Amino acid sequence: MPRSWSEAFDLGDGAAPPNARASAEEESEGRGVFRRLRESLSKSRQALQAELSSTLFDKLDDETWERLEEALILADVGAKTTADVVGRLEHEYEVGTVTDGEALRERLVELLAEVAASDDGRIDVSKRPTLLMIVGVNGTGKTTTIGKLAWHLKQELGLSVIVAAADTYRAAAIEQLEVWAERAGVEIVRGSPSGDPGAVVFDAISAAESRGIDVVIADTAGRLHTKTNLMEELAKVRRVAEKRLDGAPHESLIVIDATTGQNGLRQAQAFAQAVDLTGVVLTKLDGTAKGGIALAIASELDLPVKLIGVGEDLEDLRPFDAREFAAALLGD
Amino acid sequence: MFDQLSDRLQDTLSGVRSRGKLSEADVDRAMREIRLALLEADVNFKVVKQFTSQVRERCIGEGVLESLNPGQQVVKIVNEELASLMGGASRDIAFASSGPTVILMAGLQGSGKTTACAKLAKLLAKQGKKPALVACDTQRPAAVEQLVTMGQRAGVKVYEQGTSRDPTEIAEWALGQAKAAGEDVLIVDTAGRLHIDEELMDQLVAIRKRTKPHDVLLVLDAMTGQDAVNVAEEFASRVEFDGVVMTKLDGDARGGAALSVRAVTGKPILYASTGEKLDELERFHPERMASRILGMGDVMSLIEKAEEVSDEKQAEELQRKMRRQEFTLEDFLSQMKQVRKMGPLSSVLGMMPGMGKTMKQLREVNMDERELDRLEAIILSMTPAERARPDMIDGSRRKRIARGSGTTVQAVNQLVKQFGQMRKMMAQMASGKMPDPQQLLRGMR
Repeated sequence: MPRSWSEAFDLGDGAAPPNARASAEEESEGRGVFRRLRESLSKSRQALQAELSSTLFDKLDDETWERLEEALILADVGAKTTADVVGRLEHEYEVGTVTDGEALRERLVELLAEVAASDDGRIDVSKRPTLLMIVGVNGTGKTTTIGKLAWHLKQELGLSVIVAAADTYRAAAIEQLEVWAERAGVEIVRGSPSGDPGAVVFDAISAAESRGIDVVIADTAGRLHTKTNLMEELAKVRRVAEKRLDGAPHESLIVIDATTGQNGLRQAQAFAQAVDLTGVVLTKLDGTAKGGIALAIASELDLPVKLIGVGEDLEDLRPFDAREFAAALLGD
Repeated sequence: MFDQLSDRLQDTLSGVRSRGKLSEADVDRAMREIRLALLEADVNFKVVKQFTSQVRERCIGEGVLESLNPGQQVVKIVNEELASLMGGASRDIAFASSGPTVILMAGLQGSGKTTACAKLAKLLAKQGKKPALVACDTQRPAAVEQLVTMGQRAGVKVYEQGTSRDPTEIAEWALGQAKAAGEDVLIVDTAGRLHIDEELMDQLVAIRKRTKPHDVLLVLDAMTGQDAVNVAEEFASRVEFDGVVMTKLDGDARGGAALSVRAVTGKPILYASTGEKLDELERFHPERMASRILGMGDVMSLIEKAEEVSDEKQAEELQRKMRRQEFTLEDFLSQMKQVRKMGPLSSVLGMMPGMGKTMKQLREVNMDERELDRLEAIILSMTPAERARPDMIDGSRRKRIARGSGTTVQAVNQLVKQFGQMRKMMAQMASGKMPDPQQLLRGMR
């Protein structure tokens, strides 16, 4: 069972927000969501995927381990994390903890899910207002994610949202977020183009406070983590938020494109240094890339994936489910 | 400390005697390191397998040269094979003999198509062409506005019809307009799309049919991992692209996707995008990419740029001075002038092999253009004697220099201190040793 939206968020006092759906509805909704998730994740992929065939685990020999490694590396899990995980599995096989093919597959999914999950993969929206800061390199899907997230927070959790157009650099970035704000039915706070991004966040927090808005989601300009001056600018935006609002930003989420290779780890490391990340949003999982780099990020940096993006529409955002993700890595 | 591939290989091959031969066992061990390096660089798993088995053949029995240690030898061979696989010098756009040359840009969401379109237009304009852009991304919010803005910045006309018309129609209309207006290049920006999205791939094919492009370019993000092969194969089979534009090469992704796409489709990479500014697009250089994939830094770029700007004699003299720590602030000033011609200091430094982590820390020194202006002003306020022997710059001299350059005593202090560190570092590099980044950092704080 995949996680529901209310499981994915920390609402603080635990009381269900006024517009949230009843739990029974959520359950059947959950199943429907699961089915749609599988569909959208598997659209035509079978044709192109090098699926780990179910017969792989029937016969257990040296080739099994090689093919397992191959599958994980092809999923961008990376040589190191792959070696770690497969090594652990091989050991368990050797000491007889797992014996047959089916158990092996099960155990592997478990191991992968363990690495991917974390203590609390929830997003904290308990403070009033809550500030969520969205960061990442160019082209990962930050603005689109914000549009989707704003909509889901409204629909699923009944929260009021303001989006802050703090990407004051890229051509038409503000206009882009404006379209999303309209689609999601939320207000937008913007500054002047080429203005100070920190000022936009500042204003958005003020607006949220004065209007009693629950959540502020701040968009930021895409930037390569190798550009020190841009990373410093981001750190500055964070400091502005910290000073303006106690505990802000309550979540700093890095958006990582699922097609990203090993560089994703470097990205996460660099951004974590600049702004203290609390989680990852893994986007574009509706393609053929498996996003295995998220596993490496979780493993090396203790940074969990909290949400996944599975398309360009408003609905195409899901809470992260470690087991599902692990199974998909193996071509399920 | 940055782990040079050749160093790692040398460890593995430390048993191989100079003037001996590389045995099969030696080569197998070396290939394991190469495989790891290439996987780390995001080269596709299958391409790596194929490539290493190719290279293996060449390495076995290769005599170990006197001038290189076995580790360096293997790297040299791998580098050569990689470069040759990446293809010869990149070709030019296939310009039409008459009428507008149509260039169709395609790729996944977020790959950098729109920016690349504007940059290409600017580049071609510089080359004397009359390029125009057409906004056929009617899908992504504000994509048309983005292209229009960038077109304005690039000084290039943008044909658009908003988002309500079918992109295929818009493309056809724009072509007619371009012909009438006498544009000689029309660059078509399209929506990012998944290679497995039937509907959108069909649309791309339709746009292609209507506009009959002279070049179809796949825009590929340098940080793309193993999936690059799937994307490339699918785009190749559905749309038949002619070449690739690699983007975001100003990051530190090794860019193995370049090798994968080349190996699997045979298509050349034409351009490399190296930043967000509109003039940051250059012709692709396969040998440099090969070195980068291997983690060796962009050796060629640096050498080439240095050659462009100083003559040999000067360079030799400089080397000598660097080695002997005789490098003065006067030299630094003239080097800075040359470096500024080369490009922002950090990108030049970044090209030096093995700089990796060191580079990251050095970048924190943050030598951007304004910084260079200040440094220049400070040095110009010094007497020739002071420039020759910065150690003689005492308190009163610092005050004078600060006043004369319109900066602060702290700025002067910092320059003198950093300069001292830089001199030490240059001496080390000139004598072939890698500087210790920790020490460097401490000195520069």
